[in-house]
Amino acid sequence: MKYLLQAVTTLLLLFTTSLAFAASSTIKIGGLFSVTGPASFLGEPERNTAKMVVDEINAKGGIKGKKLELVVYDTQGDATKAVQAANRLIKDDKVVAIVGPSTTGESMAVIPVAEKEGVPLISCAAGSKITDPVKKWIFKTAQNDYLAVNKIYDHLNKKKISKVAIITVSDGFGSSGREQLKAYAAKHGIQIVVDDTYGPKDTDMTSQLTKIRASQAQAIICWGTNPGPAVIAKNVRQLGIKLPLFMSHGVSSNKFIELAGDAAEGIILPTGRVLVCDALPKTDKQKSSLQAFVKDCKTHYNAEGDHFGGHAWDAVMLLKGAIERGGDTPAAIRDQLEKTKLFAGIGGIFSFSATDHAGLGKDAFVLVQIKKKDFVLLK
Amino acid sequence: MDLADQIAQYMVSGLSTGAIYALIGIGFAIIYNSTEIINFAQGELVMLGGMFTLFFLETMKLPLPLSILLAVLATIASGVLFERLTIRPLKAPTPLSLIIITIGGSILIRGIAMLVWGKDTHALPAFSGSEPIAVGSATILPQHLWIFALTGIAIVSNKLFFQYTITGKAMRACAVNRRAAGLVGIDVRRMVLFSFAISGGLGSLAGIIVAPLTMTSYDVGIMLGLKGFCAAIIGGLSGGIGTVLGGLLLGTLESLGAGLISSGYKDAIAFVILLLILFIRPQGLFGRAQTERV
Repeated sequence: MKYLLQAVTTLLLLFTTSLAFAASSTIKIGGLFSVTGPASFLGEPERNTAKMVVDEINAKGGIKGKKLELVVYDTQGDATKAVQAANRLIKDDKVVAIVGPSTTGESMAVIPVAEKEGVPLISCAAGSKITDPVKKWIFKTAQNDYLAVNKIYDHLNKKKISKVAIITVSDGFGSSGREQLKAYAAKHGIQIVVDDTYGPKDTDMTSQLTKIRASQAQAIICWGTNPGPAVIAKNVRQLGIKLPLFMSHGVSSNKFIELAGDAAEGIILPTGRVLVCDALPKTDKQKSSLQAFVKDCKTHYNAEGDHFGGHAWDAVMLLKGAIERGGDTPAAIRDQLEKTKLFAGIGGIFSFSATDHAGLGKDAFVLVQIKKKDFVLLK
Repeated sequence: MDLADQIAQYMVSGLSTGAIYALIGIGFAIIYNSTEIINFAQGELVMLGGMFTLFFLETMKLPLPLSILLAVLATIASGVLFERLTIRPLKAPTPLSLIIITIGGSILIRGIAMLVWGKDTHALPAFSGSEPIAVGSATILPQHLWIFALTGIAIVSNKLFFQYTITGKAMRACAVNRRAAGLVGIDVRRMVLFSFAISGGLGSLAGIIVAPLTMTSYDVGIMLGLKGFCAAIIGGLSGGIGTVLGGLLLGTLESLGAGLISSGYKDAIAFVILLLILFIRPQGLFGRAQTERV
């Protein structure tokens, strides 16, 4: 027994000292992802992707000879947990930068911590208020909601559709989408004739859709994340509604097609380029990044690279670029992040500046249509 | 399209959701009647039905009818196992501790399901196509007909079982007075086990027949379970027609409320009804007030 104890403690000691030695030649970055909980569809691919990119960078010799070390905490989609984890990352783990959190609510809660401690944070959430107004230490990689809204409205204008019905999920993602849909409608000469919502766990939306069927609407825009929109697609089919159906980028993965089945046919949605990367022209600046990302996801996880994991890919690659150019102190990373120009990532082409910490333009989204169970680029 | 047509659609949608609530509600009532426990793991049994079907269908590559049959059996086994492992070992059971155990059990089952099957939502194929059928001015899917038919069959056979078989009668006897039932030679514990088996079967059936419409994931049981509980409360926790009517009423009110008032209040409607019933008519909408004979 005594020997066993000795052996174990020696081992432990060895282990910790080796860690301590390793620490001097590594750069620690933190990850806050909601790997479990309601937003796990975001957090899980984000964490997996972040790990994958870090491994990949280390396999190629790290950054300027130093290995990256990723410390990830699961925030479970909970703002309080996110704040605790952020404090731990900064004070105990002494990370030089943080990637995440996954949702807008958590990001807003963590911002004061990162601002106070002076650690650069690259959020993977979509809410535009994260970087509007600009905060010194805060950046984001997910495309702002209003870019997606405008993409849909532009398309409606082209098709001369002016009356729409919107049905949004009653959570953070849906209500933010609803605000933006309402805010930009007038600018595009679009009138919202029905404005309805549904609960994230609802399983039947025929009531709302019956109301929409009886209205003047010429198109339906649904804003939500799986599984709600798949139910809506099925209900639309059931009620025999022939109106064009638009979805948000929240369902832009093959999972949606799998869930909605035949009812997904013909649905149009804005999405990042990753879903249609093979169909992009050779001149597209993002194409090589996108194909590398998709290939890596395939080899590491045997999974389709999706839009959400892409946010973490962009965040880690942006950090890598900043560290390569500047150094590995929080202040140097922040300054270099802000100077990032024309970085072709997964979500789009990023150009940060002192007045723009979101860094993406309208071209970050493309419209795709679901045809024969696949996403087809809509010209 | 005028209001009458809209209302027709609300009614049809509401009745089909209501049928599911009824099926789940009866599961609650059966267990309550033989054990005086509100089994809050009932929703989890519903979830297991859908997830087991998916497992047999997609992982084991079995045909759909066989998968459904196996899923029902597997859920019954889970229900029995749940009773054996959590309810029976209790030395001095009080209703409160039993209820808390079922809540704990439901969290455990949900957690296991999450670990085994992951957090994704899954879709089951519809039993017979998805071409909408017109009913007057409303439209329904073939799956809705399956829901009505299977719910009907389940409820009728349930009724027949409790009315005419010796085991059914014994279970009712337990419900009336456990001690007396034990004295006349009924194995009360076995009857309790049966009640878990039957409500496991009914719950899984509900979970399976809605899955093509609503999809399924490890956490669908919470809401469906609560709605089924509402249905059972409206019906005064009767194992028969009361709960069926309760479920249908709840489904229709929800659907009408979402369509005519606001969809934001959909769940609120169910729970306001639940509270009102508990305050005003705790014996259920259709039940007669019970008098305790001393």
